[in-house]
Amino acid sequence: MEAAITQNLVEVEDVEFRYDLRPVLKGIHMRFPRGKVLAIMGLSGCGKTTTLRLIAGQLKPTRGSVRIAGRPVHTLDQSELYTLRRRMGMLFQFGALFTDMSVYDNVAFQLREHTALPEAIVRDLVLMKLNAVGLRGAHRLMPSELSGGMARRVALARAIALDPMLIMYDEPFAGLDPISLGVIGNLIRRLNDALGATSIVVTHDVQESLKIVDYVYFMSEGVVVAQGTPDEIRASGEDYVRQFVHGQMDGPVPFHFAGRSYPSDLRLERALG
Amino acid sequence: MDSVLLRALRHIGHRVIDGVWRLGYASRFFALVLLRSGPSFRRFPLTVREIYYAGVLSLIIILVSGLFVGMVLGLQGYDTLQRFGSEEAVGTLVALSLVRELGPVVAALLFASRAGSAMTAEIGLMKATEQITALDMMAIDPIARIVGPRFWAGVISMPLLAALFSAMGIFGGYLIAVVLLGVDAGAFWSQMQASVDLQEDVMNGVIKSIVFGVAVTAIALFEGYDAPPTAEGVSGATTRTVVTSSLAVLALDFVLTAFMFRGT
Amino acid sequence: MDRRVIDLWVGIFVVAGIAAFFVLALQVSNAGSFNTADSYRLIAEFNNIGGLRVQAPIKSAGVVVGRVDSIEFDNDKFVARVVMRLDKRIKLPKDTIASILTSGLLGEQYIGLDGGGDPVNLADGERLKQTQSAVVLEKLIGQFLYGKAAEGPAK
Repeated sequence: MEAAITQNLVEVEDVEFRYDLRPVLKGIHMRFPRGKVLAIMGLSGCGKTTTLRLIAGQLKPTRGSVRIAGRPVHTLDQSELYTLRRRMGMLFQFGALFTDMSVYDNVAFQLREHTALPEAIVRDLVLMKLNAVGLRGAHRLMPSELSGGMARRVALARAIALDPMLIMYDEPFAGLDPISLGVIGNLIRRLNDALGATSIVVTHDVQESLKIVDYVYFMSEGVVVAQGTPDEIRASGEDYVRQFVHGQMDGPVPFHFAGRSYPSDLRLERALG
Repeated sequence: MDSVLLRALRHIGHRVIDGVWRLGYASRFFALVLLRSGPSFRRFPLTVREIYYAGVLSLIIILVSGLFVGMVLGLQGYDTLQRFGSEEAVGTLVALSLVRELGPVVAALLFASRAGSAMTAEIGLMKATEQITALDMMAIDPIARIVGPRFWAGVISMPLLAALFSAMGIFGGYLIAVVLLGVDAGAFWSQMQASVDLQEDVMNGVIKSIVFGVAVTAIALFEGYDAPPTAEGVSGATTRTVVTSSLAVLALDFVLTAFMFRGT
Repeated sequence: MDRRVIDLWVGIFVVAGIAAFFVLALQVSNAGSFNTADSYRLIAEFNNIGGLRVQAPIKSAGVVVGRVDSIEFDNDKFVARVVMRLDKRIKLPKDTIASILTSGLLGEQYIGLDGGGDPVNLADGERLKQTQSAVVLEKLIGQFLYGKAAEGPAK
């Protein structure tokens, strides 16, 4: 067991994944270097969330390998996987805060479960994490009393409670107002740099993510169709990327859902002869 | 060409196979819950908290229902027994009916409706909002931490609730028979004591309530854990919990009664 | 919810439940009856025990003085060997007769003890000399019919 100090923290190699018999990932190849923020972008259903779950060890690839710090994730047993997960943090789409505990207890949760630190130190750490996301004053509130943006930030504080080396974000920008979007984007970048961690952001919010990431992987229907730095992506000639980045109505992803021709549906063909 | 009969048969076959598959899945789930029960006891405050939500909050409905059932038994029992001049046996009737059958069974049915459905909804909702996945991602086993304590809380609460139900029922029977209808108090209690046996009746009732506790809680937790993560999914699971555990309780009651009260 | 309030209510709940169980055990059932430490054993052999069961009461002058401990079949003498457990405070003379009686007309069967005049008392483990078996209904009816037949036709 050599946890090699490779340059890449996460390596996804030639991974295929099938859900029952339906192929979801058809051979993808990704590298996530240490200390960087990377995005996986694409339309819903392209396989980006599946990729994230494979990296997190929730799914096993049908072929290929997923390595974190050199170790293949899918061969670990439950206790080894859990040991690995203590070094990872994940932010879920709508926060997934524990609704029966306060903001404070949510952030303190992992500290209390996985460490034997005395409550005084736990308190300091919790308040520090909350301060990093700007919600130190809200620590007594319950999740039901938070707005969407605030809940997302608390979930972020919870995700970094143990100073993870890998932070994963599942659609962190979904459904937020413009101010919260800016806040979350900034926090993702700042926290990554402050912790010296690696962050993977799965999203389809182009504008916010291109502002903060170092590298982008573009997926469509289970394969990586494009990759590059934000500038390269913005300047890309690739049709799918262009349509995605500039929000064009029609392109490789058609505007019209597949079906019969318009005249035939309106029964005009016979009328026009 | 698919005749209606063929389609119906295929549909039924499909449902049966699905049901058997689901039963296997549920058994595996149950085995996991038992295997990972350590934390439920090592961190007993977790279980205590669940005993509060499952047991203490069911007290009102259990006590009130027990009282009413006992009073009805007293009324009906007196009415029937006095036709044979045996109204003094009403104490025996009330006590045996409650301790052997109605205490464990009715308490289990009420528990399934109140606490069981609440557990299903809670866990189903936690699953739908990704809280279960979040726990898993934080390297905390959700079965050991969330399901385990609730299971043991149900198993512990059930016999206590059944005993309270029976006790309240006997009190209700006493109120009606002795206080209201004038049966002699001494005869009421002495006849009861002469016919209710500790091992045969009371202990068997306790065993029944423990078995029911296991069944109801296991079903409630499984339905919640397996519920589709949508609003309709959770509500369907809650209904299934009440229906399935009620049927299970009644079926188990028959089996246990056949074993325990053979020819007594 | 505050931890202490929860703990308090759970404690009350558990105590109440156990108390209910004790009420059922002591007040409702006949559990308080027999303590093996304060008892001694006597043996009685019957030709027919009828419907006598283990734990059936043993009464003398109508008062419960003990319980049937075990019932076995003696293959040598072809009788039923009943072990009775009696309260230590009850002393019975050596010529006590044990009969199997029925409480009420169709009730459960019990052992009734009638003391004799012997100055010596029975000790632990001793066997009663005289017993009277249970009345079997079919034999009774048979005797009645036989008796009626022996009387001959009405004159």
